[in-house]
Amino acid sequence: MAAVGERMDRMAGMEEVAGRSLWQAAWGRLLANRAAVVSLFVLGIIAVMALLAPWLSPHPYDEVYWERIQAPPDFANFHWFGTDGNGRDLFVRTLYGARVSLMVGILATGVSLLIGVSYGAIAGYVGGRTDSIMMRIVDIMYSLPFMFFVILLMVLFGRNIFLIFIALGAVEWLTMARIVRGQTLSIKHKEYIEAAHAAGVSNRVIVFRHIVPNVLGPVIVYVTLTVPQVILTESFISFLGLGVQEPLTSWGVLISEGAKQMESAPWMLIFPATFLAITLFCFNFIGDGLRDALDPKDR
Amino acid sequence: MTAVLDIDDLNIRFSTPEGTVNAVNGLSLSVSAGESVGIVGESGSGKSQVFLSTMGLLAKNGRAKGSTRFHGEELLGLKADRLNAIRGVRMAMIFQDPMTSLNPYLRISRQMTEVLMEHKGLSRAEARSRSIRMLERVGIPEAAKRVDMYPHEFSGGMRQRVMIAMALLCEPDLIIADEPTTALDVTIQAQILDLLSELRGDTNSAVVLITHDLGVVAGLCDRVVVMYAGRVVETGLVRDIFYSPRHPYTVGLLESIPRLEGDGEGGAEHPRLKAIDGQPPNLQSEIAGCAFAPRCPRVEERCQQERPDLIGLDNGHACACHKVGPT
Amino acid sequence: MFSYTFRRLLVAIPTMFVIVTVAFFMIRMAPGGPFDLERALPPEIEKNVLRAYNLDQPLWKQYVDYVGGVVQGDFGPSYKYRDFTVAELIGSGFPASFQLGFTAIVIALVFGVGFGSFAALRQNSGLDHAVMAVSMTGIAIPNFVMAPLLTLVFGVYLSLLPVAGWGDGALINKILPITALALPQLAYIARLTRGSMVETLNANFVRTARAKGLRERIVIVRHTLKGAMLPVVSYLGPATAQILTGSVVIETIFDIPGIGRYFVQGALNRDYTLVLGVMITLATLIIVLNLIVDLVYGLLDPKVRYD
Repeated sequence: MAAVGERMDRMAGMEEVAGRSLWQAAWGRLLANRAAVVSLFVLGIIAVMALLAPWLSPHPYDEVYWERIQAPPDFANFHWFGTDGNGRDLFVRTLYGARVSLMVGILATGVSLLIGVSYGAIAGYVGGRTDSIMMRIVDIMYSLPFMFFVILLMVLFGRNIFLIFIALGAVEWLTMARIVRGQTLSIKHKEYIEAAHAAGVSNRVIVFRHIVPNVLGPVIVYVTLTVPQVILTESFISFLGLGVQEPLTSWGVLISEGAKQMESAPWMLIFPATFLAITLFCFNFIGDGLRDALDPKDR
Repeated sequence: MTAVLDIDDLNIRFSTPEGTVNAVNGLSLSVSAGESVGIVGESGSGKSQVFLSTMGLLAKNGRAKGSTRFHGEELLGLKADRLNAIRGVRMAMIFQDPMTSLNPYLRISRQMTEVLMEHKGLSRAEARSRSIRMLERVGIPEAAKRVDMYPHEFSGGMRQRVMIAMALLCEPDLIIADEPTTALDVTIQAQILDLLSELRGDTNSAVVLITHDLGVVAGLCDRVVVMYAGRVVETGLVRDIFYSPRHPYTVGLLESIPRLEGDGEGGAEHPRLKAIDGQPPNLQSEIAGCAFAPRCPRVEERCQQERPDLIGLDNGHACACHKVGPT
Repeated sequence: MFSYTFRRLLVAIPTMFVIVTVAFFMIRMAPGGPFDLERALPPEIEKNVLRAYNLDQPLWKQYVDYVGGVVQGDFGPSYKYRDFTVAELIGSGFPASFQLGFTAIVIALVFGVGFGSFAALRQNSGLDHAVMAVSMTGIAIPNFVMAPLLTLVFGVYLSLLPVAGWGDGALINKILPITALALPQLAYIARLTRGSMVETLNANFVRTARAKGLRERIVIVRHTLKGAMLPVVSYLGPATAQILTGSVVIETIFDIPGIGRYFVQGALNRDYTLVLGVMITLATLIIVLNLIVDLVYGLLDPKVRYD
């Protein structure tokens, strides 16, 4: 039995080899997609700028310049984006906002990934009554006004950044669970899974070694589409004044402040709004590109 | 006999991201009234594309050049409204996959009556009763009741019967059946073939049967056209092709059909099935010589450089091979 | 179909129960209370106030009383708007929210499907690329950015439309909020429609319809649109939820007296009953609309069986 199991493992290895060339083909198709490549590049620049924020400007993000409150963009004093209502440099604050937005986006998506993939894989793999009960629960949760719970949570328990991404992750996992479950169901009956079964490989090993890797394609696509969704939601909450706390900032906070001052200081709205929009653009283009690359029949 | 369909020097090209594919090259053939012609070839030989272009159904990236005339009227480049007065009425097509070729969101009644209402100007009630009669004729039990069902409520074989009934509604002069049995179970295949040959007895329609299965052709057709890599390699009456095939490709196809030889008692030796080695050629580049040369058992130097023409033998039998001369 | 609807409504009852329960205890576990923000009241008076609102009872008792009231349609009094019951407040805010949300979803649906279909029918043309680029912009610019930008352009620079306010529901006051609310959904529906139209146009059954010599108009309207609309119809459920959520921020930005604004204010003021009341209203709306969407889907797709 052990020998057979070993052979199964080697077969799984062979599967991976075939898989890898498939990934290579997909990668080639992705690189041929101009919008996706440009988006990857732009997103990379924004991420690097966010990481290097303290070194890109002479101004600290929380330094108040009393003499320059709501100053328009000004190259002499290195206020490339101008200053905000408290006389802080907007360029640095926009980049710090990028840090928060990107981090929340990635971490919350990570949370949703963890919950969604495990839930979906288990429901799809176990099947039968367990599956129908688990998916029934997802259906019911779909119809809940989740955003209102998130808003409530933020209002009531204060602006805690960890609470934000856990709450958002907990909201976004439902679709992930559905996708993973659907994929698992369709893969479950493939021959190599049945062979692994016959060889007595345990359920846990089958789920995590055989099914999860094969579900990866659609999940990657959905992840790239979830990150902007989460960034958007975080900005939405911050916009309502319920997100991260001063002196830290996020794009939603900056946009909210900018919107209040848009008549006298439109740059306070326009710069963070542009960064947010470009980031959402890029993620959406990459997501679309990945989908086309991984599922070429659509073209 | 007058020609219903007359194809002359047809070329079909597809532009793909990887380059141009020459799917059909200089193909000529004609179909006479009431005649039944089998078009045989492997997948990718261009056999379906020829007739999709006839119906004006080529994919968007496909271009057809040459001439395709229906009762003398040029079809290629014909305006949509004029073409719609011909297709569905005077020529009809039956597709390969009955599971996806019927609209899943419309009742069968709707999908049938719309043809008669559009082309024959019948009222809904008249169209409906004629549709029911047609369904009965193709062997659908309780047609009057089932006509209001949706496609998913029918089995695959029943759906193909519906497709056939739909094609026959306007009593067309030409019926093109594109692999009508390929997607079906073997027993159902036989039923559909029986139905087709039965209907052929009743109607005056010419039939083009596109298939990769020579066995299907044998029972149903008068004439056979064998295609390889977008060209006709051999054509002739069914018995000539079956009993004295000349082109090495046709010979190979016939040898790859499994058959029960000997009496089977006590395990007579079954001859090993012969497969044709190799793959069909890539059609992205022009092929200088004979396209079949790389797989041909009788290949010689000349086959690599010079393309053989289709040479008439006798009785309408013709073959495109350097090794075959007029007898 | 009747029994299906009935069973769905039956499931809705425990769902609503869970929503009410979770929301109730969430609010109560949060720090702060409805009367904290004001000047400290003398203990005697505070006690009276608490007793007047039954807030001196044990929490479980308050919960039982509250649920009991809700079942009878009584959402209790508002703690902040002292002279109003929650039902009155929701009743007064609902018309504005409903007009905004309903108009937005209708506009998003009509124009989204229209633009998406045109783009699909002229696939890879200039029009197609233009529609898709604009709709990508609509998706990437969220409504809370769109709203101030629109206000900046049409309200401040061009002075064509009012910057905020409801003006008792005058049309001119509704244009900007409805546009800001509808645009992202419109953009998404356009992309969805285009994608599913393109896929359906390549379907074998559409080829069959052409082979039958039907006019192009019939091929598109009868044979393509119906199948292509299915993903759009199933998106309408999430779209409604999105619009309702969006109306919270849009009502805040434009200072519109709708229930979305009550929700945010209620939460900030710890106005327990108001928050719960709005939550119940919106959840009911979402559940009912989802049910309607599912029923419509069943009408369009004959393969759906309600057993």
